[in-house]
Order: sequence, then structure tokens, then C-alpha cells
Amino acid sequence: MNPNTDLIEYLLRLGDSALVQGQRLCEWCGRAPALEEELALMNVGLDLVGQARNWLEYAAELLSDGRDADHLAFRRDERAYRNLLLVEQPNGDYAVTITKQFLFDAWHFQVLHGLTGSSDERVAGIAAKALKEVTYHLRRSAEWVERLGDGTEESHKRMLAAIPEVWRFTVELVNGDEIEQRLFEAGIAPNPAELAAAWKAKVADVFASATLPLPEPASYFYLSGKRGLHTEHLGLLLAEMQFLQRAYPDATW
Amino acid sequence: MYAQLVETGVKRVKALEEMTSEERAFQEKIDAEIKIEAKNWMPDAYRQTLIRQISQHAHSEIVGMLPEGNWVTRAPTLKRKLQLMAKIQDEAGHGLYLYSAMETLGADRDEEVAKLHSGRAKYSSIFNYPTLNWADMGAVGWLVDGAAIVNQVVLQRTSYGPYSRAMIRICKEESFHQRQGYEILLTMMRHGTQAQKDMVQDAINRLWWPALMMFGPSDEHSPNSAQSMAWKIKRQSNDELRQRFIDQTVPQLELLGCTAPDPDLKWNEARGHYDFGEIQWDEFYEVLKGNGPCNHERVSTRRKAIEDGAWVREAAVAHARKQQHKADAA
Repeated sequence: MNPNTDLIEYLLRLGDSALVQGQRLCEWCGRAPALEEELALMNVGLDLVGQARNWLEYAAELLSDGRDADHLAFRRDERAYRNLLLVEQPNGDYAVTITKQFLFDAWHFQVLHGLTGSSDERVAGIAAKALKEVTYHLRRSAEWVERLGDGTEESHKRMLAAIPEVWRFTVELVNGDEIEQRLFEAGIAPNPAELAAAWKAKVADVFASATLPLPEPASYFYLSGKRGLHTEHLGLLLAEMQFLQRAYPDATW
Repeated sequence: MYAQLVETGVKRVKALEEMTSEERAFQEKIDAEIKIEAKNWMPDAYRQTLIRQISQHAHSEIVGMLPEGNWVTRAPTLKRKLQLMAKIQDEAGHGLYLYSAMETLGADRDEEVAKLHSGRAKYSSIFNYPTLNWADMGAVGWLVDGAAIVNQVVLQRTSYGPYSRAMIRICKEESFHQRQGYEILLTMMRHGTQAQKDMVQDAINRLWWPALMMFGPSDEHSPNSAQSMAWKIKRQSNDELRQRFIDQTVPQLELLGCTAPDPDLKWNEARGHYDFGEIQWDEFYEVLKGNGPCNHERVSTRRKAIEDGAWVREAAVAHARKQQHKADAA
């Protein structure tokens, strides 16, 4: 067994979540509500795909089985993908997209913040770079939650409809598993309990200023992206994303 | 060229002695290569021509995101995906620069965008062609951005200051995209499988002529050119720019090991230029009129984006007002 099994799993979770969230943002290309948002969505997506590449490159090195970051991104099936269920959900309207982005950013920020103190220098380095980007992502998405929540009657209504669409998937953000616990004890990853508390506080804060009611904590519901048990959305997302690498497996691009 | 057929509304260029004193002072400034700025007096036709040209240019940047957006979710490697996302982001930024430049002329962004959505304003004909394989992402970067650069390098010297300055900024980013596009094709040709090489040739076959059409009608059928040249909005004729593009592109095509879909393309020693075949002008005018392969999809995608996003923009305005009230009350 690879001595880095836990770390590899964890790197795949980070990389896959960033990649899948970036992929969803790509789907908005040319369809955003304003030109400034075209720019922002592609900007955030670009940051995330860049981060995914960094995490997957490190995972590939530790795996040391001949696969590189592209192989991990474009040649793994959905059962091998480790992203959060939240990020694979469809974009829906802008309220769903913004809610998803905010819930993810608030989690992502805390994770990266914790990882900057990792005993694994490579992890700490990637996290420090990513944290700068995600600080901006979180500011932006929190502002949009406030604009839409406390905007017009219509936008408030849409936010109320969007939250239940994605809220149940937040269970994964706040429930650490044994891998995360072990990595915390090894000094590599942040404390899952502290992370959950910080996430909850941030979400409660932003929802309050957005005049949005905070739902009850989401409950466990048998699927887990972290363990490769996904919703039905991921398979289709990967079919599109991986098409060229699958159709022309020996090609150089 | 991203603005390829711009009406000036002027049938005949006036001689200096026919002009009013204001018009003459303006033309003398132009002739002396002094840039016109937003607050300077300018003939109304000059203002309207520039609004049409700059808005057409801005619309092209925005509609031009769609053929690439078609492949951004399917880019084959992380590196290529990142490059394409960066490029699309730049294009949105170019659109923003250009709309700002246009607004210095007193035009309104939303009104000009509404003209695009109702078919009253044009954008470059090139974006009405579909992107059918990954090599199109390389070919668009190389040929389409390449043609745009040939045009925009000249427009850096255009007589209207804000437009000229936008072009200087845009050209820096565009030439980077063009090199990336060419590198996509070069990689596929040098290291690719036969299937990939076939994709590259197929992309060139489909995009070669549409790229040449980007320079607009031939000079003899370009009734607006004389006035645009006199005002130094345009600095070189459509045919001159098209010839320059072909002359610089054919050696790049040969380096790829590909061919152009033009049996008449050959070096003319006497002229010192490449000769090339006749453009299908019927196709060009049909595409400009709205009857190209993707005109319908492109415009309706953009219209839908703005219509579907109305509630988001309204929310942003309402929220900003509420914040302002709070600040005022405090």
C-alpha cells in the first residue's frame, strides 16, 4: 500500500472539486447576465482549473504509476472522482450558480487557510497561492448572495428557491471523515471540526445580511463525492469534459 | 477585421473648399495626424461612423466568445483548457474596453447591444461559422486573431484617440492568443496522430476563406472606404490588408505542412506578393445579412443571456440603491 494513500485521496478531493467547479463555470461562457460577469466567471474558473492542475500534479507524483495530471483529470471514471457533490450540481439559474459558488468558496477558503500551515511543504505552498485567489472568489460570491438575497422581490424569491436545490449537499462540507481526521492528526490538513464551525459562521453571517433564512443543518443521505459515490450529474459532465482524451487516447494536444 | 462593412452615410468626400470652417478645422487636424478626443468638435457623420465601427468591433468580441465557448468544456488537456479560458476572459475584457471607447462618443452601451440583438447592428461575419473540431480552436487563434491583428495594428493609428488607445492595449493580448493558436496546430501536426492532422487540415479548409472575408469587400465594392480613409478612421484599404495577411500567413501554413483550399494561390515574383483566388462574395453578403450557418444561434444565445439575466441586473441595481439609502441615513 502506498504510504501516502490518505494524502493522495485528499489531493484528489481538492483537485477534483476545483476542476468540476471550474468546468461548471465554463458552461456559462457567453451566457452570463452581464459582460462583467462573463469576465468574473471565466476568471474564477481559470483560477480553479489552475489549482486543480497543481493538486493533481502532486497527486500524480505521489501515485507514481505513470499517470500525469491530465490522465487523472481526463481518464478517470466518475467512481474514481473525489469531488464534493455540491460542485457537480447543474448551474441552474444565476441564483443556484451563486449559492453553489458561495457555499463552496466559504468552505474552500477555510480549507486553504488551514492548509497554509500544513506540515507538507508542497501542500502549504499550493494552498498559499490558491488562498489569494479564493479570498477574491469568496468576497465576490458573498456580495452576490447579498445582492440577490436583498435585491428585488424576484431575486429574493429565486434565492429562496435556489437554497434547497443545493443545501443538502453541504453535509459533505461540514462532516469530516476518518481520512481528514488522520491527516489533521498528522499535521497535514486542518481540523475538520474547526473548519465546519468557521464555515457555518460565515454562511450564517452572509445569509443574515442577505435577508435569507438559514436552513437547518443538512443531514446525511448516503451519497459521498469524497468516496466516489456521486449524483447522476457527474457522469454526464465527465462525458463532455473527457471526450477528446477518450476518443483519441494516444494523441498529443 | 472585426468591423468589416461600416456605413459612413456619406456618398462623396467633400473637398476642403466645400467645408464649413468647423469641418475644415477638423479635417486639417486629421491631416496633421492630431488625435481627435471625446470633447473635440467632430462632424456628426464621423461620430456616427465611429459608433457603428467601434460597436461592431465590441459586438464581435462578445459574439466571438461563443465559437470558443463551444469547446472550452471539451478542451483536451488542463493546459489547453486554461489557455482557452484565459483567451475568452481577455475577449470579454476587450469588449468592455471597446464599449467604453464607444461611449465616449455619446452612445449608450445597452442601446447598441439591443441593436445587435434585433439584427440592426453587425458583428464580424467570421463568428457565424461553427467550430466543429478541436483544431478549430487553433485555427481561430491563428487565422481569425491573425486577421484581426493585421487590421488592429493599423487601427492603433486611427484618428480617434480613445479607439486608438483601446487598439494598442488589445493588440498586446491578441498577438499572444495568435501565437497560442498556432502552437495548438503545430503540436497537432508535429506530434499528433493522422486523425489529428486531418482535423487541422479540415479546420483550415473551413476557416480559410471566412478569415479572408474578415477584411471586408474588395476596394472596388467598398463605397464607405473613401470617407473613412479621409477621416483616417481607416488607414489602409481592405485589399491591402487582405494581401498583407495572405503574404504573412502562407509561409506559416507551409511550416505547418498544410495547404490552403485555394488552387489559385501562388507566389507572384513580379508583384512580390501571393496571388490568390476569388472570394465567394455571395456567401460573404449572405452571412452579413444574417443567413450564415450560425447567425441565428449566435444572436439568439446572446439575446437570451441578456434577457434571462435581466432579473440579476435589476437585483444589483436595487441592492445598490438600498445600500446607498443606508449610507445616506447613517
